[in-house]
Amino acid sequence: MSTLTLANPAHRDVPKWTLRKIVARVLIYLLIVGGSVFFVVPFLWMATSSIKAPGDIFIQPPKYLPYLQFQPRWRNYVDAWNALPFGAFVVNSLTVSVTATLASTFSSCIVAFGFARLRFRYRDALFVVVLSTMMLPNQVTLIPLFILFKYLGWINTLKPLIVPTIFGSAFYIFLLRQFYLTLPIELDEAARLDGCSSFGILWRIIAPLSVPAIATVALFSFIAHWNDFLGPLIYLNDLDKMTIAVGLQFFKGQEASDWNLLMAAATGAVVPIVVVFFFTQKLFIQGIALTGLKS
Amino acid sequence: MTVQVDSFPRAQVARRRRLKWSHVEGYFFVAPFFVGFVLFTLGPFIASLVLSFTSWGLFGAPKLVGLQNYQQILTNDPSFSTSILVTLYYMVGHIPLAMALAFAVALLLNQQVWGMPFFRTVYYLPAVTASVATAILWAWLFDPTFGLIDQGLALIGIKGPNWLGVTTWAMPAFILMSLWSIGDMMVIYLAALQGVPQNLYEASAIDGAGRWMRLRHVTIPMMTPAIFLTLLLQIIGSFQVFTSAFILTNGGPGNATLFYVLYLYQSAFQNFRMGYASALAWILFVIIMSFTLFQVWLSRRWVYYEGEQR
Repeated sequence: MSTLTLANPAHRDVPKWTLRKIVARVLIYLLIVGGSVFFVVPFLWMATSSIKAPGDIFIQPPKYLPYLQFQPRWRNYVDAWNALPFGAFVVNSLTVSVTATLASTFSSCIVAFGFARLRFRYRDALFVVVLSTMMLPNQVTLIPLFILFKYLGWINTLKPLIVPTIFGSAFYIFLLRQFYLTLPIELDEAARLDGCSSFGILWRIIAPLSVPAIATVALFSFIAHWNDFLGPLIYLNDLDKMTIAVGLQFFKGQEASDWNLLMAAATGAVVPIVVVFFFTQKLFIQGIALTGLKS
Repeated sequence: MTVQVDSFPRAQVARRRRLKWSHVEGYFFVAPFFVGFVLFTLGPFIASLVLSFTSWGLFGAPKLVGLQNYQQILTNDPSFSTSILVTLYYMVGHIPLAMALAFAVALLLNQQVWGMPFFRTVYYLPAVTASVATAILWAWLFDPTFGLIDQGLALIGIKGPNWLGVTTWAMPAFILMSLWSIGDMMVIYLAALQGVPQNLYEASAIDGAGRWMRLRHVTIPMMTPAIFLTLLLQIIGSFQVFTSAFILTNGGPGNATLFYVLYLYQSAFQNFRMGYASALAWILFVIIMSFTLFQVWLSRRWVYYEGEQR
């Protein structure tokens, strides 16, 4: 075994640039770049459309390059912003996403700690209940939830989008539990001998060691709430109560043919998430990999 | 050490009490989830079953009608059968293509070449884009006169269809659009690829296996758990398509894209038939559960878990 692992790096240290290898590498690059066209071009089309004047957007064949083929019209962003209360949309989306993320991450941390580090009767059976809720299509509970929130007078407020998140989310609990399980239990035992309570162990030992996992969960939660559509669509009626996702849909209904303004609004809604993603992609991809592998 | 302590009855009581406290503490920690579970999942879940036996338009009291909703849905509701067929059409078109594409992309992105993190990000980006923005963007791409797709086709001399405006092309358009957001699947495959033990490749190379043989006999068998997981997620996801259909076509043209959840939404929140829509939701639940259980049963024949005894 040891000879095998030793032999490996030595083998790799000598790069053999055979013609075959070069051709293979060029082919890989061609395939990767060629394939990425399908994923990138729609974004570029959205971005260029968003800065076209009406005269430049409805034209055949299309103009692709700003400054060279058409004069960019940055005012589209201002016009789109002013066409609807986008300021309110952003505030609402941020309110929901930030509070829901803080609340569900916090609760999920605590619940996951219970499942990963404490012993109690029926623990595994209860965890199966948690997992089973992930399988439940949420359309099944949609109508009674709507009626419940209507009865509580929460329709047209942000409460239906925030309050349920206070109790944690099965998926995040699952993710955090998987991560907690990788930490050695001796840490808890040592802390307990020193008189640390369970909350103390979570707060002082487990949580600080789980920062990457907690950040992943927070990130998932933020993006899910920012992008959520069905919830806000059902629970919010007034324009100034809407989140950016439903606001965007409303805008499409209103400005059906002003594609430049629509693209400006869509770009505006997408950019924050893209920026967040760019800075956190490692966490993100680890998180998805964790769910994919451990289940 | 413990023997001595245990011989004191008082200490025994204390120990038992502490044991119990640790149980109570455990329940205390997991309680938040279960409070939410009862209020926002279990309660509504049961309420939805009860509602499905009633006729209710949100005003007045629900009227008990027994199995009438189910009877009407299953025997006398053309929209229901249409929505099932539409959803199945989407499933059959979307799942094999999306899985094959995600798999191919994952294989490609698993190569060790310079600049890979950047390319991975690029391929993944559509998956974090809000589904509303995706739908609006694709509506514009599909525009028959000024959309990029038909203008591109015109360049090579093909007159592109009015994608979202005619019944034959609406569903292919949805399937094409769905291939754009395969990022999650791709990452799951990528992680699984990286989990394939390197020594298996070395061993098969010694046995003279070429690239294709290694893919066929090492990579794919080792990836069956990931393939199984994504297949399950895609089947469930196909039954839950809503946002894109709601925004792009609202079920049209002529019900060609009346996805199941869209029909459910229309029944509940446009026609206010709460009982009827609840019955639709329960039928969805039963369908998804049967598909899942069937898949789990079937998986024993083709999914390979490492370290599993056969």
